[in-house]
Amino acid sequence: MRRSVLQRALFGAVVALIALYTLFPFYWAVVTSLKTGSALFEVEPWPRAPAWRNYPQVFEQQPFFTSILNSVLVATSTVAVSLFLSVTASYALARVRFRGRAPLLLMFLGVSMFPQIAVLSGMFELIRWLGLYNRFPSMTVSYLIFTLPFTVWVLTTFMRELPKELEEAAVMDGATPWTIVTRVFLPLMGPSLVTTGLLAFIAAWNEFLFALTFTLTSEERTVPVAISLIGGGSAFELPWGVIMAASVIVTVPLIALVLAFQRRIVSGLTAGAVKG
Amino acid sequence: MDARRRARSAWLFLAPSLAVLALVAGWPLLRTFWFSLTDADLGGMEETRFVGLENYRELFSDWLWWLSVWTTFRFAIISVLLETALGLGIAMVLHARFAGRGVLRAAVLIPWAIPTVVSARMWGWMFNDVYGVVNEILLKLGIIQDALAWTADPRLALPAVIAVDVWKTTPFMTLLILAALQTLPDDVYEAAQIDGARPLRVFFRITLPLIRGPLMVAVIFRMLDALRVFDVFYVLTSNSNETLPMAGYARRKMFELQELGAGAAAASTLFAIIALFTAVYLVAARVRVEPEAT
Amino acid sequence: MKRALLACIAGAALAAAGGASAGVEVVIACGSQGDDQSACQAGAEAWAKSTGNTVRLVAVPTDSSQQLTQYQQLFAARSSDVDVFRLDIVWPGMVAGHMVDLRPHVTDEELGRHFAPIVKALTVDGKLVALPWFTDAGLLYYRKDLLEKYGLNRPLSWPDLAEAAKAIQDRERAAGNRRMVGFVFQGKAYEGLTCNALEWIDAFNGGTVVADDGTVTVDNPRAVAAIDFAASLVGNAAPMGVLNYDEEASRGAFQSGNAVFMRNWPYAWAKAQAADSLIKDKVGVMSLPPGGPGGKSTGTLGGWNLGVSRYSTKQEAAISLVKYLTGPEEQKRRAIAYAANPTIRSLYQDPDVLKANPFMGRLEETFLNGVARPSKKTGRMYNRVSAELQTAVHGVLAGSEKAGPMLHALAGKLEKMRRAGKW
Repeated sequence: MRRSVLQRALFGAVVALIALYTLFPFYWAVVTSLKTGSALFEVEPWPRAPAWRNYPQVFEQQPFFTSILNSVLVATSTVAVSLFLSVTASYALARVRFRGRAPLLLMFLGVSMFPQIAVLSGMFELIRWLGLYNRFPSMTVSYLIFTLPFTVWVLTTFMRELPKELEEAAVMDGATPWTIVTRVFLPLMGPSLVTTGLLAFIAAWNEFLFALTFTLTSEERTVPVAISLIGGGSAFELPWGVIMAASVIVTVPLIALVLAFQRRIVSGLTAGAVKG
Repeated sequence: MDARRRARSAWLFLAPSLAVLALVAGWPLLRTFWFSLTDADLGGMEETRFVGLENYRELFSDWLWWLSVWTTFRFAIISVLLETALGLGIAMVLHARFAGRGVLRAAVLIPWAIPTVVSARMWGWMFNDVYGVVNEILLKLGIIQDALAWTADPRLALPAVIAVDVWKTTPFMTLLILAALQTLPDDVYEAAQIDGARPLRVFFRITLPLIRGPLMVAVIFRMLDALRVFDVFYVLTSNSNETLPMAGYARRKMFELQELGAGAAAASTLFAIIALFTAVYLVAARVRVEPEAT
Repeated sequence: MKRALLACIAGAALAAAGGASAGVEVVIACGSQGDDQSACQAGAEAWAKSTGNTVRLVAVPTDSSQQLTQYQQLFAARSSDVDVFRLDIVWPGMVAGHMVDLRPHVTDEELGRHFAPIVKALTVDGKLVALPWFTDAGLLYYRKDLLEKYGLNRPLSWPDLAEAAKAIQDRERAAGNRRMVGFVFQGKAYEGLTCNALEWIDAFNGGTVVADDGTVTVDNPRAVAAIDFAASLVGNAAPMGVLNYDEEASRGAFQSGNAVFMRNWPYAWAKAQAADSLIKDKVGVMSLPPGGPGGKSTGTLGGWNLGVSRYSTKQEAAISLVKYLTGPEEQKRRAIAYAANPTIRSLYQDPDVLKANPFMGRLEETFLNGVARPSKKTGRMYNRVSAELQTAVHGVLAGSEKAGPMLHALAGKLEKMRRAGKW
């Protein structure tokens, strides 16, 4: 479809606006990360004397690299467990008629209705009982309370959209439900798995309250907690430059992750299967 | 034979998830319900006694609780409406083909990728009344005469919090809607084009109904998240009565005032309110928990 | 697995070598990541070397109420994970049951070295919950250069301060410096506001909210006048934003040169005099002024202390560490290197300390006459008392209520707590 020059200009303007709106605070964080001391209180588009020092300082003050590793470990394991459990669960909830299906779906949703603050004490007891205090599985386990319902619901919705004919054909060939899930549906669910996984990954990556409560030592902490613990020369002081540097360091791999996976989100390989 | 076997395998498939949830969600939730019926105090847990519905009675007669309910709902509804509208718009743009689409897609996700505690602080920094950049820009553009106290002034605090939350969570909606858009078959659009339908019409008559399912799921999860909001308010605002969401009220009871029992009652009531709201929403939007004909 | 086995064998060998123990590892929670912790680390490691033990530091959140929550969770679980805790001066009443009584482990002479009011605040029902480590008090910072420019003297009273702040603010703004504000303080509804509110009330001679004998004294005309006065500052001499300021936010406004007066803790001095500071050598420090002719000059006492957990499995070593860190040698080192205010009186006349921190000599007076928050009397309920006070005062500052009815309602709530036998 040919678009007029005006339409393209307008479209371009919209794209620029979106980019500005989304990126401005991040740009401001980068600018702040290059300031130190009193320069922090100046408002200027780019610091006069960029304090690149802030970046190495992030790693010198605390085991930040370990924290990043911990975050990667926790988020990956959480996503892996969630997706693994949800794929089978959502098949059951989306494609099989059985009694109690609707209440079950609602129950999964219900678990998401509890504020984290409220379950904290009970969760703390559970973690200590499992002997997971100050170890990273404590977070994987506790994060399931919000990732699992989400992944189950989203995958169920996507799985419902998959065509019945493929399933019927497989059943005709004598396939077991397990085969149907792994051989027939799983390949088609690429974009939805990636999308759901990515959102769950980011949610786990950013989680703060549980991570703060279930870890004690710097070696076990994840990135959001490590950033919130960055202190300065006194109990009150917040070295903004260093904090922003840490935030920038942490956001960049996530962007890389998204860039890497966004092709999968796009591929739209369902189209072929649907038409066929 | 088949139906029964299929039902059995369905339960088998669900068993691991249910077991995990029973442990990870069941225990903490039940514990909280239990606490809400006692006078548990964080300073001395040994003296906990059963007090029945006393905590709830006190809760419902507390005007601050009802204020926090009102604040939370105002926040949630406005936020989610804005996020959905923006998310739809941005998703449609990203769905089109243009140079640099991949980069914009990644850029759009950045707000979601930054930890909330960090982005709330960043925005707090930008909203600062004396040397924040928001005031600086508005003053330079002549839109305001005096610097505004965005996070401190009770009238401006809620809009400020909503602005930050919308900025942060629109990517969530965008991504889910985009994924839904990507799964739409092209032939419908082609047919519409041949018929010469106008883009707006195509959007409302064809696109929207087709992505209804995933859109409704996205909205409900966002709504649940918004009703449980805590971080943004806590970090950004002054902990005053006017900017206290329900979860903030529960936290104040539990950790600032040490009244674990009362806080648990507030949390349980929050849960009940959300459940009620969800039920109403599901019925009104006629979201089908059961698919039509399987 | 193999590593664990090797460790076991090594341990057994060491034990078999007999004689002195191989030293224990004491875990201490004494600061947040960064300089705050490294200040503690140097001292702790010096102790470790001299006693043949080891130390491990655990970083705590910068927000003190988050620290307390984390500690309480450890206490509720009777955890032996941390041996030594850094305690805020207002926490002893809330955590006394979980700490070891240190009184039998210090001599009268050792204890007598510290400021008496602080030791008193740390003693709950005869039990010495912690040893004083370093102290703080609220101070008034002012811009010497601006006062000089407009020919004003240092304020002799709070109304004086308000007038001077407003006058300078208005004239600076008229001259084109639109960002200037008169006075900044901590007005967010958190513990910092309690400190500020107490200062106002005490400055006007309105008591201390809860008296030493437990009576609720906050509902009196002088206290009401104090809070009404403070509220009159907001939106005039102090910007609206003050309602959301904590220590760092208010310091930011002052440090960037945009405030004439600031109420803050002593730490802000070092920042103001930093090499790249915009206000270097332009700042003066004084005690907060009295409310008027019948008032008094005061400052809320802050400060941090070290206690030993009852659930620790290495109490002897932990106590030894605490005594070392709170001893004169370590306190002097911290005073010189980090401008941390010692709790040992004699150090305020020490020439080395005074050389590094010239105005510390004047602070001894403030620490002796400062006002303590009612944490000792209210014990476990202190958090609740403080939270109620914060909400009441914040409401008045925000202009939605008047001090009279708010303080009256506050007194009612506190009375109810008292009558329920809570203190």
